[in-house]
Amino acid sequence: MNETKAATASTSGTHAHTGMTTRHDTWWLAPLMVATGFTLFIVYATYRAFENNYYEIGSIISPFYSPKIDLPGWPFSPAILILWMPAGFRATCYYYRKAYYRAYFLTPPACGVSVWGSKSYTGERAFPFVLQNLHRYFFYLAVLVLTILWYDAFKSMIEPSFHFDLVTLIMIINCVLLSGYTFGCHAYRHLAGGGLNCFSKDESTKQRFKVWEFVTKLNEHHMAWAWFSLCSVGFTDFYIRQVCAGVFPNPVFFQ
Amino acid sequence: MAEANLKVFRGEKDSGTFENYKVPIEEGMVVLDAIHWIQQNVDPSIAVRWNCKAAKCGSCSAEVNGRPSLLCKSRMDKFEPGEEITVQPIKTFPHVKDLVADVSWNYEVNKKIVPFTPKPGHNWVVYQEDIERVQEFRKCIECFLCQNVCHVLRDHNRKDGFYGPRFMVRLAGLEMHPVDDANRLKMVKEDAGIGFCNITKCCTEVCPEDIHITDNAIIPMKERVVDEFYDPIAKFFKSVFKAK
Repeated sequence: MNETKAATASTSGTHAHTGMTTRHDTWWLAPLMVATGFTLFIVYATYRAFENNYYEIGSIISPFYSPKIDLPGWPFSPAILILWMPAGFRATCYYYRKAYYRAYFLTPPACGVSVWGSKSYTGERAFPFVLQNLHRYFFYLAVLVLTILWYDAFKSMIEPSFHFDLVTLIMIINCVLLSGYTFGCHAYRHLAGGGLNCFSKDESTKQRFKVWEFVTKLNEHHMAWAWFSLCSVGFTDFYIRQVCAGVFPNPVFFQ
Repeated sequence: MAEANLKVFRGEKDSGTFENYKVPIEEGMVVLDAIHWIQQNVDPSIAVRWNCKAAKCGSCSAEVNGRPSLLCKSRMDKFEPGEEITVQPIKTFPHVKDLVADVSWNYEVNKKIVPFTPKPGHNWVVYQEDIERVQEFRKCIECFLCQNVCHVLRDHNRKDGFYGPRFMVRLAGLEMHPVDDANRLKMVKEDAGIGFCNITKCCTEVCPEDIHITDNAIIPMKERVVDEFYDPIAKFFKSVFKAK
């Protein structure tokens, strides 16, 4: 086939596909559930970020407010100084991108279902979505925040003296889930070894191959880690809020 | 004997309509068998492209109840009794007749890709851990279902700026090859237009060979493009350590 004929082959056969889709199944259910889940979390997180109360009791601090930054002259909640880092990490995450492009932007809402809205599609080539390429920088910041959350969990266990209570347990579970999500991320998979072409080249590349294999195992379940860690971080904040407000108890298991 | 209700698109070029057929169901039957039954018993003029009937030739790509699928891999027993089964040609490429589309655009794109370029003087000893990623991509049967379902090609018709998932897989296979010496990252970013992909994973969902197109090919290529064009820190470290 010559070049001219190939060029004419660019028109889609749309007369056989006139409607939005011919799918009979409940293709709309998954994007609806994702949109509902995200919206609920965003509303809750926004409320908590601006509430600026019930986030600290004794050695316990909510993950939404940790590390607590007392910036002189800062008139708003200190959570705002923190939350942009994990929020940026999740917003640029490859799993979340898939989820919200489908659920919010409907590009496409489901496979084999026509996209919604503007035809002037630029994908991730132009502003604002070209900023998705900053994902690895948000990964570095997320690791920093995660390290502080692990410190918070241990601090809640050893101050004022060693004890193990329900909030500590919740904080540790939250850190485990956040670690599984953070270290199973596609950007880390690339940095760990995915960027190499030859794993067997020398000792350092062989070690990186082992790390890459481990990250790949985590990455295969990245969606599950993303949702479980999102729910756990929200629940951890909620439980700490209720303990701070005197609504929920914080039973001590042993000390 | 139970019967299936098939609603098959019939027509040529710029016109056509759906026609209904009653087809007797036998055990183990697939949609391609049903189309063949229509061809043999009702209308021999129905056009369908097929070859192996074993999900290995990639010829019988179509859309069954709106889902891009191989006709030979779509089992009839997965449908409810009496359910209407809609069979259409693939949407993204020009329609020829009935269930046949012209996929030749893909072959033209394939020619643009810099082929395998071995390093001079390489001894050709390749270890399994180095080649395993590439072997997954070699499973591709070129059914072009991923190209068909990709909304960049399907809905936005950006064939002028995006090569599509199948060729991201080919590019990834070449770029990750331990013996290959060519650098195609500029092509991946500009001519192949990887930035058009918003990783909604439909290509992975429809792949009959279960290739993890998005996670193992497109996203790693996006990250390599970030290394080269969007991350000055990575570029600095790469130039210092030359780990690749």
